[in-house]
Amino acid sequence: MSLVYAGVCSHGPGITARADQADPELRDEFYASLDKMRQDIEDSGAEALMMVAAEHFANFFMNNMPAYCIGMADQYEGPIEDPEWLKIARTNVPGNSDLSKRVITEIMQTVDTAFSEEWKFDHGISVPLNFLTPRYDLPVIPANINCQGPPLTPLGRAWEFGKAIRRACDAVPEKIALVGTGGISHWPATPDSGKINLEWDAEFMRHFTNNDKHSMLGYSDEDIYRDGGQGGYEIRTFIATAAAANGAKADVHFFKPIPIFATSCVCASFQL
Amino acid sequence: MSLYYLQKVLYDINRDLAVQKQYQDDADTLFDNYALTDEERNALKQPDIGLLYVLGVNGQILMHFAAFHKIEWADYLQLMRDGITEHGPVREGVYAMTVVGERFTDNGNVES
Ligand SMILES: [Fe+2]
Repeated sequence: MSLVYAGVCSHGPGITARADQADPELRDEFYASLDKMRQDIEDSGAEALMMVAAEHFANFFMNNMPAYCIGMADQYEGPIEDPEWLKIARTNVPGNSDLSKRVITEIMQTVDTAFSEEWKFDHGISVPLNFLTPRYDLPVIPANINCQGPPLTPLGRAWEFGKAIRRACDAVPEKIALVGTGGISHWPATPDSGKINLEWDAEFMRHFTNNDKHSMLGYSDEDIYRDGGQGGYEIRTFIATAAAANGAKADVHFFKPIPIFATSCVCASFQL
Repeated sequence: MSLYYLQKVLYDINRDLAVQKQYQDDADTLFDNYALTDEERNALKQPDIGLLYVLGVNGQILMHFAAFHKIEWADYLQLMRDGITEHGPVREGVYAMTVVGERFTDNGNVES
């Protein structure tokens, strides 16, 4: 098997942009958990990092919105946001087009993913990479699930996407780490930013930790919008990662609300 | 009225340095590529973050645009609230404010 790591983490822009406004103790504990993820990924011997992200209009718009898209380039760039605002410098990030092509080809056996030979990262990928591959020395395969422009892909399809990712990772000789990134409940970039439904988050994280497919797929988008906000749609990335973990249970390394980061911040990895 | 094109011009500005330059140098010519009302053109030019929010611009698109204009986070949130006070509730889209008159502070407590 060549999926050597599977985990999830948060990606809100506040994690870097508003670091100085957070409770220092809480922030540093979260940063330490992200650094542990970095170490675990390095220790896994991963030769590429596949990111299952939920981007925010860096590449895809309602003129041609793919439910799923995977990058197939040798180089990516980001972040698109003002670097002084996000507090992450613009940089080129290495990819591996040949590996991407083989992964995409296998995924297409069951999921009609789009692909792209160009890709700009926004905070959805740039914030996690800032912690997970701070030297940008690990080739990245970006994947996106549309969680922004409704109609959105059903949760059950996100599960199938994750299963296809696992199959594709296991079919290539390279060792691949997989990281899903998204928020749980949040009302990002609105006047309600910082509102967090901790009860809903805890329930979802319980289902996620147990890799309880039935419960994770039991939410409707109406439920999610009401209880988890428009940011809650991003649980699709967690669901796809859980599917890729193929029934494995997860360990939660960090799960606490940090309102200035706009969500309950999470680091978790599966016992592959 | 033409939220699709209003968001599209913002999407193009947010992701492309050349479009950002055109927006700064000659916004009218840039806007001619999109079906925009005069109200939308003015809101984009000022920029009127509050009105753009009320018109239904997706918060992620608006947040990146506000960052491009170097608007501080707390000011960005307040500009959206002011927009609602002035123009009424968000008219379209999924980024409406859910709770009127509340702020969610760093401690997670709700302040009126
Ligand atoms: Fe997000």
